[in-house]
Amino acid sequence: MKSVAATALLAFLVYLLLTAGSGHVLFWSWAEIVAGLVIGLVVGGLSASWFCSSGNMRMAHPFRWLLLAIYSAGPLFVEIIRANVYVSISVITGNIRPGIVKFNPGINTDLGKLLLATSITLTPGTLTVEVDDATGVFYVHMLNVDEKAVSKEMCDTSDIFAFFNLPAWIWRIAE
Amino acid sequence: MDTGILILIFLTIGLVACTLGAVGILRFPDVYTRLHAETKLGTFGSICICLGVIAYVLSEYLTDGGTRYLVLGLHTLMAMIALAFTNALGAHAISRAAYRAGIKPEGVVDRLPEVEQK
Repeated sequence: MKSVAATALLAFLVYLLLTAGSGHVLFWSWAEIVAGLVIGLVVGGLSASWFCSSGNMRMAHPFRWLLLAIYSAGPLFVEIIRANVYVSISVITGNIRPGIVKFNPGINTDLGKLLLATSITLTPGTLTVEVDDATGVFYVHMLNVDEKAVSKEMCDTSDIFAFFNLPAWIWRIAE
Repeated sequence: MDTGILILIFLTIGLVACTLGAVGILRFPDVYTRLHAETKLGTFGSICICLGVIAYVLSEYLTDGGTRYLVLGLHTLMAMIALAFTNALGAHAISRAAYRAGIKPEGVVDRLPEVEQK
């Protein structure tokens, strides 16, 4: 029941966001609000068992959403800009030493793994190729592998991210 | 007039990034390095163009106040978030499929086969 309510509420909020500006009750018309409630309940009933499959209400806390917004606008955005300067230089000069390295961030939840894999793909010269579900090990394709990282069996966080410790941020958001 | 220059800067950065992404596809040696160029530069270029739209919408909304600008801005913002996530997920799926299909990456080190034998 709780998972149905949470999914319905999220669907309702997204519907309100998409239809803002339709009337004069704040930003919405009554028709859109009623339609949003009905659609939210239907979506909640149909997809709650999949959306809340872990059965854990951890992400319902608004503080985690705030942290996620700060993370996307701050460290992640800086790393994305740096990634693009870096890859642009690689494209122009053509100097690359590609390779696949192992990396264990120590993150266990599904949402954390999704966020970290996406962040890795969007940051400098790294691309997640495979995630081992049982052990939580990431296999990351890098555009420029360091001399040190070639010989090491398991890479550290500092070999992959330069400025910010992204796994620590994601650990705080999702666990 | 200042917002006009800001919008122009955003559009230029976006266009240059997208062009470099296309050049990267032609220059890089194998599928994994080409995905690097396409996902990062393509996503960043699209995000910059979306930011240009949002800058335009904000300036029009503050001077004119029409709700249609609010709608346009919110929809662009959601498109931006969806683009950033789906582009990264698509790159991940393509690279995983390429590895499963047996395409070996060129390069100095490859740690993946150690556990893929099962």
